[in-house]
Amino acid sequence: MEKLRYERPIIKKMNTGLMNKFGTRTEYEPVTHIESVPVKSLIKEYGSPLFVLSEKQIRRNYQNATRIFKTRYPKVQFAWSYKTNYMNAVCQVFHQEGSWAEVVSGFEYEKALGNGVPGNKIIFNGPDKTDEQLVAAARNNSLIHIDHYDELYSLIKLSEEHNLRPRVAIRINMDTGIYPKWDRFGFNFENGQAWNAITRIINSTNLDLVGLHCHIGTFMLAPSAYGIAAKNLCELTWSIKEKYNKVLEYIDLGGGFPSENTLKGAYLPGSDTVPSIDQFADAITDVILGYGFKQEDLPLLILETGRALIDDAGFLLGSVLATKRLSDGRRATVLDFGVNSLFTAFWYDHKVSPAQAFGNHTEEMVLYGPLCMNIDIVRESITMPLLEKGNHLVVHKVGAYNMTQWMQFITLRPNIVMIDTDNKTHVIRKAETLEYLELNEQVPEHLKQNPLK
Amino acid sequence: MKLKKNIATSGEGFIFNPGTGDSFSTNEIGAEIITLLKEEKSVAEITQLISGKYDVDASQFENDLDDFAAQLKDYSILE
Ligand SMILES: Cc1ncc(COP(=O)(O)O)c(C=O)c1O
Repeated sequence: MEKLRYERPIIKKMNTGLMNKFGTRTEYEPVTHIESVPVKSLIKEYGSPLFVLSEKQIRRNYQNATRIFKTRYPKVQFAWSYKTNYMNAVCQVFHQEGSWAEVVSGFEYEKALGNGVPGNKIIFNGPDKTDEQLVAAARNNSLIHIDHYDELYSLIKLSEEHNLRPRVAIRINMDTGIYPKWDRFGFNFENGQAWNAITRIINSTNLDLVGLHCHIGTFMLAPSAYGIAAKNLCELTWSIKEKYNKVLEYIDLGGGFPSENTLKGAYLPGSDTVPSIDQFADAITDVILGYGFKQEDLPLLILETGRALIDDAGFLLGSVLATKRLSDGRRATVLDFGVNSLFTAFWYDHKVSPAQAFGNHTEEMVLYGPLCMNIDIVRESITMPLLEKGNHLVVHKVGAYNMTQWMQFITLRPNIVMIDTDNKTHVIRKAETLEYLELNEQVPEHLKQNPLK
Repeated sequence: MKLKKNIATSGEGFIFNPGTGDSFSTNEIGAEIITLLKEEKSVAEITQLISGKYDVDASQFENDLDDFAAQLKDYSILE
């Protein structure tokens, strides 16, 4: 006789009168496939845990965002924010779609060049650019976004010494009504610092001011903040034309649109609360179009959107290592990935789904990673079906900031696979090995032996 | 392992403790175990019956049964 499917016995206290006012969450509906590839076969072939990216979804996101902006404004250019996910395969998908590159360090800059992005389509942001990097970027005609006066003066000096005429913009910070204010980057708008820097650049013979930049924050939930930012940049652009008869080529509003993740502590899931890209596009383009520029003076609108274009194209697959009960009776599930791989677990209550069918009983539990540390918590509280050792899980919307901010701590970083538009799978970054990890280590001669044998 | 005398069960997984006024629900296997406990079966008998009927090995089940019993105790359902 064939045996029946087993499920661990559970008992739940019924909370009379305390019904969940949002009804039953569908969080625990199984997700058995990514695109049309079975989770089971992905894990079988590439191991667990495993990051999976959908090329189709990245392209869909990019095309959707460009359509939204280009149907509202005539000149739009996206620049892929490398730090969000700088796997070369990912960058190339964006570059194939027409995106420029936005980088914030020397190595990111070289990565963009290595990916075949022409120098004049690389935006070099951030407070940390060495003299060598500034000179190289100037020679390549890249767009250098100046962050502070020290950098401005270095660049003026370097341009004179090397006889260069770099194309520059300044980063501007401002009060857009959001808290906390990001005033540590760039030059302040309200106190006149930005205008002073602009004047200094225009009066220098070597720097060519071509644009203005801001990045007002990340995971921004208020489209109106972008309206304020656009207005301030338009005001400066207008004044520069008035005062110096110079027409700027572009304004760059940075990144910051939210993905549909749920911020920790939020009451409602992100999918219900996050404004759509259309709302941000309306706020921005209404201001620029309404500002009064002549048709031929309308600036190119650059966007450095990161997480909103890739978060939902990334998945983390993993497995249950063990289940146990905590001293207070709560169920705890230990997974084979933790905050070392899923860095964004510090910010988000990620949606996690089981990857196989289950009975209809559920329980509340904590999801722990495998690290020997108390902070290694994937979800503090989640309702899931009864999980057992060996079951697989799918974490959703992990495409942004994990494959760049992940830590090599206690475990080795896993494979990253991309599913292409024909549903074929490709490893785009191999799992790390001990050999890879020790490649740059050097042991002094006197430490090569020990007496323990 | 002994169920408290006054505990009411439905056989479908509904449990009521008139002593505290609390009610509980279990899944199918939980309900089966409660029924077996009512019939005063031993842990060994329960393990044999369940692992004979369901696709689980005896040691895994014993592990789960321990855990289940601990919860029953917490809820004052076991003696
Ligand atoms: C200058 C700059 N541009 C773009 C981005 C991308 O931001 P997001 O992922 O929030 O769109 C960042 C992220 O911090 C940034 O610092």
